[in-house]
Amino acid sequence: MWTGDIMTDIPNAYELIVFILKYIGIYNPIYNVFENLGLEYLLRIIIILVEIAILFVFILLTVMFLTWMERKVVAMVQARYGPMVTGPRGLLQPVMDGVKLIGKEDLIPAKADRWVFTLAPFLVFIPALLVFIPLPFGESLIISDLKVGLLYIIAISAMSPIAILIAGWASNNKYSLMGAMRAVAQDISYTIPLALSAIAVVLFTGSLSTVDIVTTQSGTWFGFIPKWFIFLQPLGFILFLIASIAEMGRIPFDFQESESELVAGFFTEYSGMKFAMFFLAEYAHLFSVSAIVVTLFLGGWSVPFLNFFPASLVPIISLVVFLVKTYAVIFFAMWLRDTVPRMRIDQLLNLGWKIMIPLALINLLVTAFILTAGRY
Amino acid sequence: MESDELLINMGPVHPSTHGVLRFKLRMDGEIIKECTPVLGHLHRGTEKIGEMKTYIQFIPYTDRLDYIAAFPNNYAFVKAVEELAGIEVPLRAEYIRVLTMELSRIVNHLVAIGSLLMDLGAATMIMWGFRERENALQLFEMLCGARMTFNYIKPGGVREDIPDGFMPKLNEFLKDMEKRIEDYEQLINGNEIFHMRMKNIGVINAKDAVNYGWTGPTLRGSGVDYDLRKYEPYSIYPDLDFKVCVRKEGDSFARFIVRMDEMKESLHILRQVVDRMPESKVISSAEYGIAPMTGTPSTVSTYFPRIFTPPPGEVYSRIEAPKGELGFYVVSDGTTKPYRVKIRSPSFCNLTAIPGLVKGLKIPDLIAAFGTIDVVLGDVDR
Repeated sequence: MWTGDIMTDIPNAYELIVFILKYIGIYNPIYNVFENLGLEYLLRIIIILVEIAILFVFILLTVMFLTWMERKVVAMVQARYGPMVTGPRGLLQPVMDGVKLIGKEDLIPAKADRWVFTLAPFLVFIPALLVFIPLPFGESLIISDLKVGLLYIIAISAMSPIAILIAGWASNNKYSLMGAMRAVAQDISYTIPLALSAIAVVLFTGSLSTVDIVTTQSGTWFGFIPKWFIFLQPLGFILFLIASIAEMGRIPFDFQESESELVAGFFTEYSGMKFAMFFLAEYAHLFSVSAIVVTLFLGGWSVPFLNFFPASLVPIISLVVFLVKTYAVIFFAMWLRDTVPRMRIDQLLNLGWKIMIPLALINLLVTAFILTAGRY
Repeated sequence: MESDELLINMGPVHPSTHGVLRFKLRMDGEIIKECTPVLGHLHRGTEKIGEMKTYIQFIPYTDRLDYIAAFPNNYAFVKAVEELAGIEVPLRAEYIRVLTMELSRIVNHLVAIGSLLMDLGAATMIMWGFRERENALQLFEMLCGARMTFNYIKPGGVREDIPDGFMPKLNEFLKDMEKRIEDYEQLINGNEIFHMRMKNIGVINAKDAVNYGWTGPTLRGSGVDYDLRKYEPYSIYPDLDFKVCVRKEGDSFARFIVRMDEMKESLHILRQVVDRMPESKVISSAEYGIAPMTGTPSTVSTYFPRIFTPPPGEVYSRIEAPKGELGFYVVSDGTTKPYRVKIRSPSFCNLTAIPGLVKGLKIPDLIAAFGTIDVVLGDVDR
């Protein structure tokens, strides 16, 4: 596979699929067919498309599950049952939601900017999916291990405020515009501490590749403490977690929506499938940001006892480990939502600029100093 | 920095205006330059209806004023009529009335705190509050068959005696409620974000609060020790031991804390009422009307008089409803219908302070301040 300059040569999902096909014994016949036609590159493209399709199906199923899980967690905290009618324990509720949303009329307000109004949901949805490309779901379970993986993730997440601003502006609604302005102010002020605390981790690994970050965290100190960066960077972890929750736009930082103030924030005017796109993007974002927290600070897919398993089982075990950790972070975010009220927008900006950014800078400085001092 | 003004119509269909209130906001970015509440979306002409209906027929209409806690409305009107006609009420009936009113106060404050927290973005409290409210509503249902609009208190007493099995259930509720209030305090009171949102927001000093005509928990949050149950005692309140909850700060947080404390005081009152509940009739046997069918003087207990003629005169009678001073001014001209009914509703008077309260604040602060004033639009518009 052509990896180019920016990719590492660590096994990724492409090679895993090829390995599985070889194991079943159908890779070589297929390859021969394509080779005879002189179309080997076409086979590569097909396999890459297959792995992307698997990823997208996985994300969509996850998002559906998350909407159900959110309702159930909220219901548990609030002494209710949550969805119970559709399917066992209401598991099919997301399907019913989808059916309902598809059946809705696709309304565009008369004074909205039609073209931009239609474009915005896609601009929100696509970055939410693109973030998953350099995320390691398990050992060699990665679409593409970019050498600049972390930078890519931060850059792609920074696209969403633009799309939100477009959505808010195009709706031609005052609440939408205010929601959009808030979302942009919030995203700008929280991307900085997010990036700064991520850089502190990069100082340890010396690499922006997500796989490198995870492999650095495998192994233990004194045989029992896993080498996760949360122990080396406790302050960085807290800052990153807070900034991530702000990035996700969830209570206590859900200013883009602020339902009790701005009705529904920037997607007040959206209905039907366009609304569903925002909804899906929100939950895809929830999953991806939690996955990034896990990758950076909680050891990603690595656990101390991973070596005891046979090598062929490692991808599956590591996937399970990764999902367990990610869902723990997601549960924390949902739990937080039920416990605390929303902050005020100026308080949020104060917290971001006056407290979190200085703390992140100090954290970065101290980390860099200790690392440099330790080298000599 | 000056920027273009933005005119926002917040409501009448908006998640946190508690009904159909409309705020006309002139905004400078996120800052409110001017806030004008626009009332009247729920106007039903209740006062005029009062002139068209007989005294007894009007009682159900009072249920629809403050529908969150309707017992005090019933009582306030009935108290005015009783004062007008000079009807004696049996002691047990008074105890039952106070019991229902204090339960209503708890229900009202649960809804007030719950919806305040929901407007701030913490949806858990309203679900917890409604869980306890459900128990209280079931008690009401046992008492009179209705959950929100009761028509239970009538001149001379109450409609029915307490049913069997009511008292054990009430005791259970009281015991449960004590623990629940601790839960609420654990969930909310210490929350740093909640403090940030509530403290020094919507501050009003005692003088302004009095001048605006504020009453009830909103006024007591500004440090004015004013509670009609103590200041102008009615019913059996002089015999009961309770204290008036006052906070000095005058901000949204103080008003919230006053409501929390009042729930505890109401529980204290309810426990005394349960202990001392006397045995007697629940409706007066005084003759004060003429039964239309027989033409002979009738007693309330034997016949429900449709035609009931208090002597000419006028009376203003007020009580401490959960939201503040609820007064009924009733004028009788000696006929079967009141000549005039004027309602002084706490929600309306408390709401008038909003424009001054939120000037220069932001939309989230407007919601926090408005939530702590705790209005019900049925009570505002009448």
